[in-house]
Amino acid sequence: MEVVLQNLTKKFPSRDRKKHEDVIAVDNFDFTIPDGKLIGLLGPSGCGKSTTLNLISGLLKPTSGRIFFGEDDVTDIPPESRGIGLVFQNYALYPHLTVKQNILFPLQNLKGKDKLSKEEMLDKAYEAAKLVQIDELMDRKPGELSGGQQQRVAIARALVKRPKVLLLDEPLSNLDARLRLQTREEIRRIQRETKITTIFVTHDQEEAMSISDMIVVMKDGVVQQIGKPQDVYDSPVNLFVAKFLGTPPINVFDGKMKENILYIGEDAVLHTKNVPDGEVYVGIRPEGFILDENGPFSCQLRSVEVMGRDSSVVATNVASLNPLIRAVMNTEHIVKTEEIVRFSLKPGKVFLFDRESEERIGFEVAL
Amino acid sequence: MIRKKLANSGLKGWLYLLPAILFLGFFMVYPLIDVFVYSFEEGYNSASQTYFGIGLYNYSYVLHDPYFLQAVKNTFILVIITVPLSTGLALLISVGLSSIKPLRNLFQTIYFLPYVTNTLAVGLVFMILFKKTPYSEGLVNVLIHLFGGKSVDFIEGPYWAKMFVLCFYTIWVVMPFKILILTSALSSVNQVYYNAAKVDGTSGFRIFMRITLPMITPMIFYLVITGFIGAFKAYSDAVALFGTNLNAAGMNTIVGYVYDMLYGDSGGYPSYASAAAIILFAIVLTITCINLLISKKNVHY
Repeated sequence: MEVVLQNLTKKFPSRDRKKHEDVIAVDNFDFTIPDGKLIGLLGPSGCGKSTTLNLISGLLKPTSGRIFFGEDDVTDIPPESRGIGLVFQNYALYPHLTVKQNILFPLQNLKGKDKLSKEEMLDKAYEAAKLVQIDELMDRKPGELSGGQQQRVAIARALVKRPKVLLLDEPLSNLDARLRLQTREEIRRIQRETKITTIFVTHDQEEAMSISDMIVVMKDGVVQQIGKPQDVYDSPVNLFVAKFLGTPPINVFDGKMKENILYIGEDAVLHTKNVPDGEVYVGIRPEGFILDENGPFSCQLRSVEVMGRDSSVVATNVASLNPLIRAVMNTEHIVKTEEIVRFSLKPGKVFLFDRESEERIGFEVAL
Repeated sequence: MIRKKLANSGLKGWLYLLPAILFLGFFMVYPLIDVFVYSFEEGYNSASQTYFGIGLYNYSYVLHDPYFLQAVKNTFILVIITVPLSTGLALLISVGLSSIKPLRNLFQTIYFLPYVTNTLAVGLVFMILFKKTPYSEGLVNVLIHLFGGKSVDFIEGPYWAKMFVLCFYTIWVVMPFKILILTSALSSVNQVYYNAAKVDGTSGFRIFMRITLPMITPMIFYLVITGFIGAFKAYSDAVALFGTNLNAAGMNTIVGYVYDMLYGDSGGYPSYASAAAIILFAIVLTITCINLLISKKNVHY
């Protein structure tokens, strides 16, 4: 099912009684979610991603804008008639009911011609439970399950009515690191198997990048960028998106363009074409540094952290906006602790941003 | 050295418990044992501090005393009627209160008022409402007349009328506390369960029966258990309505009987009073145990 969001806006009345301005949680969200895809809504806390999810679920009514599921306008339809499955951040499993009763709960609500016999209900419940691999835990209470198992029960409960759209609110935030890795693969698998259009909300960019078909990066209620995870990572539209995606995060410097040469501090690090002179922000991905004795970019070395697969060189530079610069490279490149370390840069990992608008400035490299 | 010894023997823990133990020992355990002892001392005389012998005569006397049997009957009727009714009504009102938004605080205050009002003052108001005097019929009788009924003397009339007033009064007095507890229990049910139910298209009635009610069962059982205990200890309510000579009015309660045996016009019998008190204790203990057994099966934590 295709989900179309048309100029979706949600305003909340201000808590502060003196100020009568509304808080705009979602501002003019315009996006078509293609059928059968897994979409990650991504942003820092308070960016409006959960509000967007609640608007799609129908738990909140938009201030303006329309929502379509396929051809149907569902904006004024209550949540229960929209055909959605919703998984809450803390799962919201009914603690006094067993896993089986929890999964059966949505089916028992069906009335009229949709009403199912007891056997049909049980069949459907077991089918959903098998899908998330909890069919052996059916008689336990949620309190007797681990976090990951509870998560699966919540997904099974959301899936048992075969929703047209599955919504997940911070599905992994209550799990520990190892389980998170496992569960996100699980969500991916379930989504692939059921082919249900799935939208999930997260503040963890790694989570979003790893399993989404597309990600939507939001900030202060405004959509910043929509695209395939790799595309967004490789060509962020602005400084916010560049900073938000990637671990370790991107290194940002004060820089200056002069006659198509990019200066960071005194170092002329890159030769470009067609870039106007002026002050810029320079973003360099951690993997964009190459150790090079004759490299143009010099930094003060602080330490080298070896982490098995690769190691990161931690350094400082006066022009850096972060207290520390972090460069990730292969283990073979380990440097001895010297005072000064020199890098050359991979041009594709270097981004320029306008000082005022923080929008990205495209450039070509002069060889 | 000493400190280590103290820690090892658990004496330190006892030391911390000492103030509470002393206090409870003096004012609860000792009197309780004393009452137990009194109840077996036959013909105890408080003036001379003497007794004839030890045996079960006090119990036998009390259990054959028609006033005591009347008091037990009254108390049980009161308990059986008021506890379920007040809890049920309080639940209805709390659900109502939690589902309205405007004027909610006002209603909450109004429903809480009986709790902070003096029992005897409320009794006086009830007298005005129900009592028949040479000058007035009482407000309730006026209303009965209005609907074409025959007037009833609620304070000095038939047994059922007096019991009705007592139950009505008791329910009215105990409800505010129950409403307070239940509204807070209702508001502590996480909104996310309601959202989940809403997305699944659950009807309001089903949400109440399958989600709200199970989630607040611990509080309901707390109220039922304390309600039983409180109702078994009823006394001041009856006095407020029917005066101190409850035996004559036929509206005595077990606690009232104990009091009368000690200080009433026919009083001065601490042994009988003790025996009655021990019987009451046994009844309350049994009922509470039964309640706890039932709650273990039905309460979802």
